[in-house]
Amino acid sequence: MTQTTWEKAGGTSQAASNTGQRMRFLIGGAVILAAIGFLILNGTLNNAQYFITVDELLARPELRGQTVRVSGAVIGDTISYEAATLTIRFTMAHIPEQSDNLALTLHQAVLDPNATRLQVVVENEPMPDLLQNEAQAILTGQLGADGVFYADELLLKCPTRYEEAVPQQVQESDAGA
Amino acid sequence: MLAELGIITSALALVAAWYAVVAGVVGALNRNDRWVRSARNAALLTFPLLTVASLTMVISQVNGDFQIEYVWATTERASDLFFKLTALWGGQAGSLLFWSWLMSLFAGGALLFNWRSERRLMPYVIAFTMGTLGFFLILTVLIENPFSRLWQYTNGEVVTAVFQPAGTFPAIPSDGRGLNPLLRHPGMVIHPPTLYLGYVGMTIPWAFAMAALASGELGVGWIRATRRWTLIAWLFLSLGLILGGRWAYDVLGWGGYWGWDPVENAALLPWLTGTAFLHSVMIQEKKGMLKVWNILLVIITFLLVILGTFSTRSGIVSSVHSFAQSPIGPPMFIFLGASALISVGLWLYRWQRGELAAEHHLESWLSREALFMLNNLLFMAITVAVFWGSYAPIFTELFMGEKITLGPPYFNSVVGPLLIVLYVLMGVAPLSAWGRTSVQRLGRAMVVPVVMTLALVVVAVFMGLREPAALFVIALIGFAGFVTAYEIWRGVRARAQRESWLLAAWRLFGRNRRRYGGYIIHLGIVVIGLGVVGSTGYQQETQRTLAEGEALTLGPYTMIYDALSRAVATDGRVMTIAQVEVYRDGHLVATLRPRQDYFPNAEGMNTMTIAGTYSTLENDFYVLLVAWEEISQAGATFKVYLNPLVNLVWGGGLILMLGTAVAAWPEPDRTRAARQVSAAEGKALEAR
Repeated sequence: MTQTTWEKAGGTSQAASNTGQRMRFLIGGAVILAAIGFLILNGTLNNAQYFITVDELLARPELRGQTVRVSGAVIGDTISYEAATLTIRFTMAHIPEQSDNLALTLHQAVLDPNATRLQVVVENEPMPDLLQNEAQAILTGQLGADGVFYADELLLKCPTRYEEAVPQQVQESDAGA
Repeated sequence: MLAELGIITSALALVAAWYAVVAGVVGALNRNDRWVRSARNAALLTFPLLTVASLTMVISQVNGDFQIEYVWATTERASDLFFKLTALWGGQAGSLLFWSWLMSLFAGGALLFNWRSERRLMPYVIAFTMGTLGFFLILTVLIENPFSRLWQYTNGEVVTAVFQPAGTFPAIPSDGRGLNPLLRHPGMVIHPPTLYLGYVGMTIPWAFAMAALASGELGVGWIRATRRWTLIAWLFLSLGLILGGRWAYDVLGWGGYWGWDPVENAALLPWLTGTAFLHSVMIQEKKGMLKVWNILLVIITFLLVILGTFSTRSGIVSSVHSFAQSPIGPPMFIFLGASALISVGLWLYRWQRGELAAEHHLESWLSREALFMLNNLLFMAITVAVFWGSYAPIFTELFMGEKITLGPPYFNSVVGPLLIVLYVLMGVAPLSAWGRTSVQRLGRAMVVPVVMTLALVVVAVFMGLREPAALFVIALIGFAGFVTAYEIWRGVRARAQRESWLLAAWRLFGRNRRRYGGYIIHLGIVVIGLGVVGSTGYQQETQRTLAEGEALTLGPYTMIYDALSRAVATDGRVMTIAQVEVYRDGHLVATLRPRQDYFPNAEGMNTMTIAGTYSTLENDFYVLLVAWEEISQAGATFKVYLNPLVNLVWGGGLILMLGTAVAAWPEPDRTRAARQVSAAEGKALEAR
């Protein structure tokens, strides 16, 4: 982006006969760049959402009521769907932010009885195909005063199963043939 | 066995590619033509070798050779032949092989078509294309070998290895797992290859630019060779983006086609910089300006391609449609860094030696070159905005310790205004002249399009559109369209005094393919713009649970729920199908069958919601079956969208394809003459 202005500046400086013209390009370019910079900065400040874990969300009361993005592991048994009102309810478990094997992390989080859990309500959404046990849910919404997370947006990610490096049929059928 | 053939041919291709890199560089440095020709032969050899490797994989997939882990993971006996064939790019390892095959195809094409005309650039073109191919083959052969097979120890433990480990025997599963259900859609079958063609294609312009930098042959040669390759890559990239949107619209079941997902953005970024290059390259050809900038644009485009490939395949961005995390992340990151260093280093070297100095200078803001620079500035601004939006979580976590994400509202509020300015520019620029234009001349040229735009606004108001903002945006987009259409019409009219209109148009387009191809592309972009405004700004939705015979109304349509049925398809999917009747003004216009497919055998994603759509030019009535009563089958819940003008998005895409084809088609007379001249030059060089 900046290179175009260099080019313009460099180009006109060699045609030094017309410094007024040169100034006009410089000022024009600067105004345009400033406008673009303002647009991006403004858009960022107005729409930034903290992306946090379940633990962080619950540990920071100042985030209550604020729009945040939070990710967790879906616990399959807790999923319920009320078709008449299109309300999805489920509970998700805390997962640490960094992990090398997402599938394994999700699996352990769901089984871990000590992992922090968060109840989630998503209204006005069709039941997503990917909402199932050990999926990673990425929610955008607010933590209500009742301790339930009300999500406006639900994004799901299903990592391929971590055990799948080995097909089970082989083991089961004891492929001696 | 077949797997061995695949392993051997892909490994040989790896050797050939790296040999070509070395031989090419040696030949270039010593000015030794025997080395260069040897490099070319090795480079050309990669294509047949990788063709055999890919065919081996495809045959294994069709035959169901489930000992090959990749075949087991992406196909199953019950799959249609079509999906068995396309499973080649249904998973990580296979798609890397496919990527390499396409790369060898493009490299071979560039070597054959441009060998004579750009003889001096060729040693380096070989080195840079084969270096890229060689890298992808390292991933394919050494890290994620698609031909890895399953082996079983006598104690029952099953392992994956390319070659048979001692003490094991082949483990042959009875059936495969099958392709990910979401990928079993025609759009998804064509979308990845077209996107890959676009990605891989962008390597060729980069290789030519790098060859120009490395050899110091910075004249028009590399631009001439690059422009058409960029156009071809751009065509496929555009097609890939449009097909990806279509797939999302048909299969993902959320009523939209573009969600500013990081993976979508990864494909959009090189498209943006590629588009900027296709414009600014004209300034270099006409005025000898922006040489520094054009090379940088080609470099940025290539780096964005590699970054896009890296981020989709390494799992560093959260997205619905990325590949799973995999070991190819770190090597890809190293390749990205190395290409960036080499590219930018060479570029800086030539720049500071003054070899990229401009031949002309900007005269006036009201000139075509100034407006083109503005166009480039806007494309770069959108690129930076989209880049920042997609990678903000990574940067903020790195530098602030806190992860901050930017969702669709960010993109809409930043990219939206920039796009609108770009539309205005698209309207004004074709009317301006090179050098300088007077305000009066520009004003006079605008009279007819402005009148037409005002007429459009009146029609829109008459049709019930009242919001000033919407009218304003439609007017600006419409203005760009009218300018373009008027320019085309003026050109045709001038010729039509001597010949019939059709012949005049045919000859006019034929003589100035780039100009009129570009205008047709602009028309396509205008049509897409109107479709986007309609379908995002005026989308309506509702949802209800209906008993059999009950109705719901949305916009001009009434929908009556008829019945629910169940069927099992040949590939084992269980389909729950709702039949609904759609009425407009009391007349039955369509019977739709929105459905939900359940894949009992698939792991992970095992359901898929497929919309039933009644499609007209005016709007799409888009019905999703959300839920149903399992026992009574009495009630079913539907989510219904009304998407106005959404078909303009697809229609505009077709116009854009057509325009690109016109622009990329070789111009018969002039190019042949030019080629003969440069061929003579090439022969003289070869004879040395």
